[in-house]
Amino acid sequence: MTAPTDKPNTGGLPVPATPAGASSGAPAEYPPSSPAGRGMFGNQGSGDVSGFGGLVRQRRQIEDAPRPYGSYFDEVRDALEEAYPAFGEAIEKVVVDRGELTLHVRPERIAEVCQVMRDDLALRFELCSSVSGVDYLGADERRLHVVYQLTSMTYRRRVRLEAAVSAEAPHLPSVTSVYPTADWQEREAYDMFGIVFDGHPNLTRILMPDDWEGHPQRKDYPLGGVPVEYKGAEIPPPDRRRSYQ
Amino acid sequence: MTASNYATERDTDEGRVFTVTGGDWDQVVSGTDPINDERIVVNMGPQHPSTHGVLRLILELEGETVREARSVIGYLHTGIEKNLEYRNWVQGSTFVTRMDYLSPLFNETAYSLAVEKLLGITDDITERATTIRVLMMELNRISSHLVWVATTAMELGAINMMLYGFREREYVLDIFESITGLRMNHAYVRPGGVAQDVPDEAIVKIQRFLKLMPKRLKEYEDLLSGQPIWIERTQNVAVLDATGCLALGVTGPVLRSAGLAWDLRKTMPYCGYETYEFDVPTHTDGDVWGRYLVRLAEIRESLKLVEQALDRLGKPGPVMVADRKIAWPAQLAIGVDGMGNSLEHVAKIMGQSMESLIHHFKLVTEGFRVPPGQVYVGIESPRGELGVHAVSDGGTRPYRVHYREPSFVNLQALPAMSEGGLIADVIAGGASLDPVMGGCDR
Repeated sequence: MTAPTDKPNTGGLPVPATPAGASSGAPAEYPPSSPAGRGMFGNQGSGDVSGFGGLVRQRRQIEDAPRPYGSYFDEVRDALEEAYPAFGEAIEKVVVDRGELTLHVRPERIAEVCQVMRDDLALRFELCSSVSGVDYLGADERRLHVVYQLTSMTYRRRVRLEAAVSAEAPHLPSVTSVYPTADWQEREAYDMFGIVFDGHPNLTRILMPDDWEGHPQRKDYPLGGVPVEYKGAEIPPPDRRRSYQ
Repeated sequence: MTASNYATERDTDEGRVFTVTGGDWDQVVSGTDPINDERIVVNMGPQHPSTHGVLRLILELEGETVREARSVIGYLHTGIEKNLEYRNWVQGSTFVTRMDYLSPLFNETAYSLAVEKLLGITDDITERATTIRVLMMELNRISSHLVWVATTAMELGAINMMLYGFREREYVLDIFESITGLRMNHAYVRPGGVAQDVPDEAIVKIQRFLKLMPKRLKEYEDLLSGQPIWIERTQNVAVLDATGCLALGVTGPVLRSAGLAWDLRKTMPYCGYETYEFDVPTHTDGDVWGRYLVRLAEIRESLKLVEQALDRLGKPGPVMVADRKIAWPAQLAIGVDGMGNSLEHVAKIMGQSMESLIHHFKLVTEGFRVPPGQVYVGIESPRGELGVHAVSDGGTRPYRVHYREPSFVNLQALPAMSEGGLIADVIAGGASLDPVMGGCDR
């Protein structure tokens, strides 16, 4: 007699893996969707296409858009290329999607690019509408992206700048010297994502309490919460409920 | 100065103790140096009647002059942006409506426009749905500005104006209730259109409101515009010019009061605003007075817009996109207890059509998928540019939604407006920014 092994003898033939959703019992045992990108009910590898199991999401690679971009986008790119000699080195990618232009900028160059975007006569992006972060955990090695929405009031145009940093070295220059309005918005990005803006005059937490630990908007930070008792029944915290995992 | 100049003193365990009695007051005053550089730090808020919610101001005062001002926010942070990532795209409407509670319909519309842009169905939104959105937003702009004039006037001493402003706002909330079922937190504007059509009784109410409002506006102006105290408290107070506004990212009525006619409804139109006739009121002084005049004039312009939108509602049509994968499957209806599933729909899915039940179940529990990508949509809320940055990874839930809240951005201008002025003018300046902390902290 040989000792029982975990693997059943299949005569060397590959067998499909056991559906995870079929084997796990209570809803709370369903595998979590973090790292983000897996579906709602966590049934994997079963080949089930009938219901909630098949929600595997496709990660789309960011690709350079082909010229001509259309709209005012070519003009903006050419003007920036002319006004900013280090364009080739600083701009990683130019993406045009859904009628919006995104320039992917090397993080260490972001303040310089903003300065040119604001001051050049052909660009004139006077207003920095928004600065925020996005955490692309599992999809990008430099997972923390800082997104700047610039608005040109003169030409009535919008452009998005995006700079990606890793969670291990989340540093990039602050743009507060170019756009003072970025002050609180960079503080919020620091608070929520732990992105450090070098040269910011007062980079402290802004929405969370000063002694808070962790950065809540990161994808590996759970939704959290406390169990709630209601009419004798205990409802688990939101991230332990099935559909929110 | 030495202690013996103005009070008796004795040493204790905890240091020197001075005993000042009423009779010593002249001595006390003569003992202080009138031009000393001693400053005191005053903490205003987070619970203070004139901080518009839970805003905390730390003021460094020299006499009554504010030398430095810092605002502390975050007391109303509820993590709405994080929560959105755990609900499906349709459920997002119910969250964002709770951000800026004075302009919920703007939050909903901005969110819906962003989701529609991600889905690529912007052009499929029916004309009637867009018209209803414009109608609701402009009514909401009126109610928001009414709260502004009411609270600001109260903070500057005109209690009666507070009562009148809230009284008229109640008419608008009544209209909202008959259309959406709720006075606030509507979740009425949804990705793909609006939840249901405008009932006839609401149209009658709006018409009555349109007739009433010009008279009431005249009353406000009679009360405030010629009032010496109001003028003293607002003119040349908390001045911020266009350069300062742009540097600090301030938009909306504050920017327009500084002379720049930047209104996204005109400059980057959405929801068909380019087809409506209205003006963008401006002022040149950049002070609280200018902001007051701009906001009152904006109420008038909004009344014009509501009237035009009402005319267009004469033509019936669908209020949701035709795509059944996106439209909420339930036929919603307003009942006595608010908005809910219509009984006919429940009868159909439970008793007649299995397919409808499956469809309903899939869309309600799982929701629709949104192709991966990111968009930014900016609309003109009563406080300035309200922007939504929405990211999808192709799933049924938002990957990230960020609100560029005008209250949050504009509040940064408070130190620039108040430093060097009097402490009483901090109230006027802060109120003139019209911050709503629910939106600011999200």
